[in-house]
Amino acid sequence: MKTNSIDYKSIPGWGIDIDPENEPTYPMKNYTGDDHKRSVYERSEPQPVNIELLKSNERPAFSMVFGESIPPSGLSGMIRRYAFKHSEDRYRHWIPLILADRVNAWEGIVDDLKKGTIPNIFAERGMKSEMKYNAGPFAKKALTTVAVGIALYLLCRKKK
Amino acid sequence: MLAMNYRGPFRVRAEQRPMPEILHPEDAIVRVTRTCICGSDLHLYHGMVPDTRVGSTFGHEFIGIIEEVGPLVTNVKVGDQVLVPFNIACGKCNFCKQGLYGNCHESNTMATAVGGIFGYSHTAGGYNGGQAEYVRVPYANVGPTVIPPDMDPDDAVLLTDVVPTGYQAAEMGGIKEGDTVVVFGAGPIGIMAARCAWFFGAARVIIIDHVDYRLEFAKNYAKCEAYNFKSMADPVLFLKKTTDWFGADVCIDCVGCEAEGNALQTFTGKITLMQAGAATALQWAINSVKKGGIVSVVGVYGPPFNYVPIGNVLNKGITLRANQASVKRLLPKLIDHVQSGRLSPKDLITHRVPLEEIADAYNIFSKKLDECIKTVLIPSTKN
Ligand SMILES: NC(=O)c1ccc[n+]([C@@H]2O[C@H](COP(=O)([O-])OP(=O)(O)OC[C@H]3O[C@@H](n4cnc5c(N)ncnc54)[C@H](O)[C@@H]3O)[C@@H](O)[C@H]2O)c1
Ligand SMILES: [Zn+2]
Ligand SMILES: [Zn+2]
Repeated sequence: MKTNSIDYKSIPGWGIDIDPENEPTYPMKNYTGDDHKRSVYERSEPQPVNIELLKSNERPAFSMVFGESIPPSGLSGMIRRYAFKHSEDRYRHWIPLILADRVNAWEGIVDDLKKGTIPNIFAERGMKSEMKYNAGPFAKKALTTVAVGIALYLLCRKKK
Repeated sequence: MLAMNYRGPFRVRAEQRPMPEILHPEDAIVRVTRTCICGSDLHLYHGMVPDTRVGSTFGHEFIGIIEEVGPLVTNVKVGDQVLVPFNIACGKCNFCKQGLYGNCHESNTMATAVGGIFGYSHTAGGYNGGQAEYVRVPYANVGPTVIPPDMDPDDAVLLTDVVPTGYQAAEMGGIKEGDTVVVFGAGPIGIMAARCAWFFGAARVIIIDHVDYRLEFAKNYAKCEAYNFKSMADPVLFLKKTTDWFGADVCIDCVGCEAEGNALQTFTGKITLMQAGAATALQWAINSVKKGGIVSVVGVYGPPFNYVPIGNVLNKGITLRANQASVKRLLPKLIDHVQSGRLSPKDLITHRVPLEEIADAYNIFSKKLDECIKTVLIPSTKN
């Protein structure tokens, strides 16, 4: 870290207009004036790391506690590892993460099938409630899908 | 134990998963007795939050009973009925020390742009959430707060997020006596913000949405004016006209990244994901506040970036204030507001659903079916 070598307090006018009341984050923040001693605080002991943790490269170390759920795995995991090489400022951090999420949804289906369960996507999307409370629009959507399907089929047949 | 399981955008189910364990000496395990679905969960459910991994359990609004504590937990004990703030906070870092419990520096390894939140993707720390029968609660000396014995559990569960967030939205507005306050969004958060605006001395409170049943509810609950933006050609112009052409003193965004009402914002933000969701409400807030006014933002936006008229913020001299609510900081005051009868949060609850039926509960809340305002999930472990 580069530190200031000049004695800034000797600059003419330094600090002349300091106004501790001018703290726009109040009342969200109970300003203690300690922002410049911020790295000195008593820390909890660190949670043992037994899983693969992807760390933001904008922090020096893991936080003292962290979520233990779902370490990165498979293709989505590879994409996530790539994303975490880049800071939170970069699109190449966030866009790959969104991509990984989409890939992950497919991996989830494969996982289900491997375990011998066919995911009930109809139930997972809450379609029971859809039919109960939104029957009109639901039927319209279903009919449109069927109609478009038939139209496409006829169109393809005609071309042949 | 039974827990919510995210399978991909618009797909969730309730499924058995291993019991949570104490992983850190300051952890507690809480048996969940009530948990809510929040507008914030919809951003996850719709696949808008980066690093939402398949298999995650959502849920950041929950109350329950302490089942087990780590060796360093002293503030709560087994058997205590607690409400758990949605922020995970260490209580020791510089941010926590100053009351910024939503911005703790020791609860999120995966991102510096947001503090740790229960069940809110790996971008918020990778914690499993409370839409489950049991949940791991880190830093149990800081967050969990014993529910006063005479408090209704339905009120308590709304003190974990909705009430503090709505209150802080109004608080950040820096409302002065006599001010006109415009709240965008008549979801639970917006309704609570409108209700709390009166506490700060507002003289006129206006709420804007496009869902009529919510506007009707807001009008009665928050005692405010309510308008449907679908019935206006131009909501900003409408607000200018109704404020003597000057603009509101304070505008509050309680919508966030899934706003409707502006085709370009919707196309770039929701359909093509060229920005972190649609910033329509924030745009309206900035453009309908007076010069030198304050815009308070609690609606959630994703980390990358949004199209907002920042030039107008500059030229109008607007003060923009925003944060995740700092639940712990506000709890003492808000518990008092509830116990004194000034606030009745439980009136917002329209749906009670067994945890097993979570997929339908999400669909109903997401599509605003059956006049839904706030949904509480009840695990079978409630007793
Ligand atoms: N900062 C925090 O600590 C915090 C905490 C909780 C929730 N939130 C956020 O607050 C927001 C609201 O939460 P909620 O639970 O009330 O969600 P909700 O989805 O129930 O409500 C949002 C409302 O906004 C309305 N809306 C859509 N576009 C609009 C527009 N252009 N103008 C006005 N209204 C519009 C919708 O019809 C809906 O009624 C979400 O973004 C949520 O993530 C923030
Ligand atoms: Zn919430
Ligand atoms: Zn902290």
